[in-house]
Amino acid sequence: MSLQLVLFIVFGTVSAVSSVLMITRRDIVVSALFLILNLASLAGLYLILNAQFIAVVQVIIYAGAIMVLFLFVIMLLRPENEKKFLEANPSIKIFAFIIGAVIFLQLAYLIFFSGPDNLNNASVAASVKAGTIEEIGKQLYTNYILPFEAAGFLLLAATIGALVLAKKKFE
Amino acid sequence: MEIPIEYYLLLSAFMFIVGVVGVLTRRNAIIVFMSIELMLNSANLTMVAYSSFLGNSVGQLFVFFVMTVAAAEAAIGLAIIIAMFRNKKTLNIDEINILKW
Repeated sequence: MSLQLVLFIVFGTVSAVSSVLMITRRDIVVSALFLILNLASLAGLYLILNAQFIAVVQVIIYAGAIMVLFLFVIMLLRPENEKKFLEANPSIKIFAFIIGAVIFLQLAYLIFFSGPDNLNNASVAASVKAGTIEEIGKQLYTNYILPFEAAGFLLLAATIGALVLAKKKFE
Repeated sequence: MEIPIEYYLLLSAFMFIVGVVGVLTRRNAIIVFMSIELMLNSANLTMVAYSSFLGNSVGQLFVFFVMTVAAAEAAIGLAIIIAMFRNKKTLNIDEINILKW
């Protein structure tokens, strides 16, 4: 077993288990903390995949900014806890599990039997080069400048929208 | 690149399904919202895996844009949840059914 495989198993197990725990815990703060664990272990997976810039951005934006916003709103509202998992209307939950199993089998079939079989793996050097901030920045400011500007505009609109929505009263 | 890409895709599919089940089963608006974030992240994992295996940085660029949209979505969604809680004093999505036909 190489170090890469060991790290993949560790981070993959942590992310899978913490995602399951996130949707089954009753206390919403515990749920949010498990989501943070899940996002942090995803950053580790990105590092194994040589995506250094995305890994750092994942920790800063997701595990940092977005989840702080979530925890802030949870602490602000303090909603009551739900009933125990699988106690309130179990029929819709069985339905949801069946739907989930069917979609998962579909996706597994697609992944194993109908994926591109001539995926010519890039060399490690090419993979490392693709993940550097230099390469991403070069693409971002030349070929993808219009989506970049649109993303900036979207963030501005979201900021103004959040302010207007969360304000006390319209005047 | 000794780990086959199928492992990453399978992990990503599993996380996506957990997100779907979370959206369908939980009744708390904030947890539904966090499940949506989980699904966005599993899609990100797929894109980073393919980008790394193909040696092409455009996939990671799209992850960057997805993160932008997720940040905007989190800000707007939580503002909507605050406004909703102020009016109905609940976060249970079964009780927030004003637009239900």
